[in-house]
Amino acid sequence: MTDHSIPSHDVPADAARRDFLYLTTGAVAAVGAGVTGWTFVDSMNPAADTLALSTTEVNVSAIETGQAVLVTWQGKPVFVRRRTADEIQAAKDVDIATLRDPQADDARVQAGHEQWLVLVGICTHLGCVPLGTKQGEPKGDFGGWFCPCHGSHYDTAGRIRKGPAPKNLLVPPYAFSSDTVIKIG
Amino acid sequence: MAHGPRTPFDNKIVEWVDSRLPVFTMIQKEYGVFPTPKNFNYFWNFGALAMVMLIIMIMSGVVLAMHYTPNAAMAFSSVERITRDVNWGWFLRYLHMNGASMFFIAVYIHIYRGLYYGSYKQPRELLWIFGIIIFLLMMATAFMGYTLPWSQMSGWGATVITSLFSAIPVVGKTLVMWLWGGFSVDNPTLNRFFALHYLLPFIITAVVGLHVWALHVVGSNNPTGIDPKGPQDTLPFNPYYTIKDMFGLSVFLIVYAILVFYAPTLLTHQDHFVPFNPMVTPAHIVPEWYFLPFYAILRAITFDLNVYLLAAGALIGVLVYQYCWRKTPDARIAPHAPKLIAAAAIIGLPGFALAFLKDIEALKGIIDHIPLQGFHIMEAKLGGVLAMFGAILMLAVLPWLDRHPVRSGRYRPWFRIALGGFVVCAVILGYVGAQPAEQPWVAIGQLATLYYFAFFLVIVPWLSNNEPVAVLPNSIHEAVLAEKK
Repeated sequence: MTDHSIPSHDVPADAARRDFLYLTTGAVAAVGAGVTGWTFVDSMNPAADTLALSTTEVNVSAIETGQAVLVTWQGKPVFVRRRTADEIQAAKDVDIATLRDPQADDARVQAGHEQWLVLVGICTHLGCVPLGTKQGEPKGDFGGWFCPCHGSHYDTAGRIRKGPAPKNLLVPPYAFSSDTVIKIG
Repeated sequence: MAHGPRTPFDNKIVEWVDSRLPVFTMIQKEYGVFPTPKNFNYFWNFGALAMVMLIIMIMSGVVLAMHYTPNAAMAFSSVERITRDVNWGWFLRYLHMNGASMFFIAVYIHIYRGLYYGSYKQPRELLWIFGIIIFLLMMATAFMGYTLPWSQMSGWGATVITSLFSAIPVVGKTLVMWLWGGFSVDNPTLNRFFALHYLLPFIITAVVGLHVWALHVVGSNNPTGIDPKGPQDTLPFNPYYTIKDMFGLSVFLIVYAILVFYAPTLLTHQDHFVPFNPMVTPAHIVPEWYFLPFYAILRAITFDLNVYLLAAGALIGVLVYQYCWRKTPDARIAPHAPKLIAAAAIIGLPGFALAFLKDIEALKGIIDHIPLQGFHIMEAKLGGVLAMFGAILMLAVLPWLDRHPVRSGRYRPWFRIALGGFVVCAVILGYVGAQPAEQPWVAIGQLATLYYFAFFLVIVPWLSNNEPVAVLPNSIHEAVLAEKK
């Protein structure tokens, strides 16, 4: 029998130093892996050229009262609708307490331009383009838009009134460059 | 794997390889002499058929990828070019397109086989879960493949399905932009879907490897659900089941060939042959047939979860747990059961009215007076998404929901009826999924969805405790002999 003075289960004298090295090396490796991993994940986010898609200008002088047009902004459809007096009144008359996404008509148009309704034409349910912009298309039970995919109805302020969509149609940022030109974005 | 003692092969080349890497020994062990229950019926063909479909899909897909252009401006015409100009392109495309359907047919029958004969039960739980993972990967692959021709159905299908993730609270919108690589489904989306559509089948192949490995550890189930007890209960895999699989494959391929050669577009919507236009949504966005039941479940949740439904649901949950999940209800709760039922009904009534009866004019006066209706626990959209993914999760946890000691549906007459109802519901959901979102389809879809979840969460647990345990044959051999009489 050989005499082993240090049994294998004994704690080495520099245990604290080894633990420190182990933990710091592990931490640096974890941070490095995380940072590298993030570049892979972030590369799938919209690229600079996609983000740089600028604003869209729309000349609305040709749109008659009661008509609407469909324009493209950042690859998305945007509805520009010139509302009739009846449509504006219908939108104002709604008791907003009964709405799923309560919002007054004033909050969805710009003061002095109440006849103009500008909306991102993407159903807030699952992203279809609701019908009702072109003439002859169904406008739904509330005279605004109707989404054919899953049956959401929007009113003349683009607010959700019936069906599965959770939110009102989004109002994009826009400004009137002149009385007849709208700059979206 | 094959580390045991090795019998040398006569062929010198085979022996040279096998002594260095025993692949031939492994094939011989796992597919030659592998002891397999001798009473398989034709339901046991479909695992092998699914495997053949995976191989056909990868082979045709690799060749198609040599002719396809994953660019939003060119994708549609490159697919048209494959169909019209590329040598045998029409054949390869229709083989691949209808192959997806045949793959899903094989897998759905394979899953049904597992449900009927209790193949998910101990000790095959992990094997079953690998199967569900393969099913999920297949769905992702099929969905992304459907996007590649960049048709109206491609683009809008991709829009609807990716938008599902926007239902996730807080991070939903950011997540969807990340999936798209832009502000909408566009060229970056097509590019990455193509990359993933090419990648995922190889991941599926790897999980199929685990699935088969796990199968060869625990062995196959069989129509009696009784474990083989000795050599009189089994047959060597080759030639008995290689031949049986070959026969089944021949019949299956005839059906596949009829589709490819005589009705290649039978299962495809017309809008799949119109180029994608991000400004115009087709009148009906309908997924491929194999997604329809899940699509119907997604659309069945048309209502926000209100406080009344949540409270009533919690009470019903307590009752279901006490009376279905437990063998006997807790003695402290049992005397109060009638009160709990009454409370659930009273609390549930306004919730039910808010969720389902809001559009009925005659009731409007009453429903408008229900308090707390602006307070939604969960929006319909998130509810639909959770229900759809929950429907697949139910399958994954089934081994723990069904604790009945008898494995095979052959000896479980009560379970058999419940499972029959489940299949009927799945077919109804498939039909409803193809219909526009109008009554009566919405209500029918909601009832079928209710049964779908009740099957897993109420009926199966209740049967576990209450269905009589039949006297089983002593062995597979005895069961086979009894059938002969």
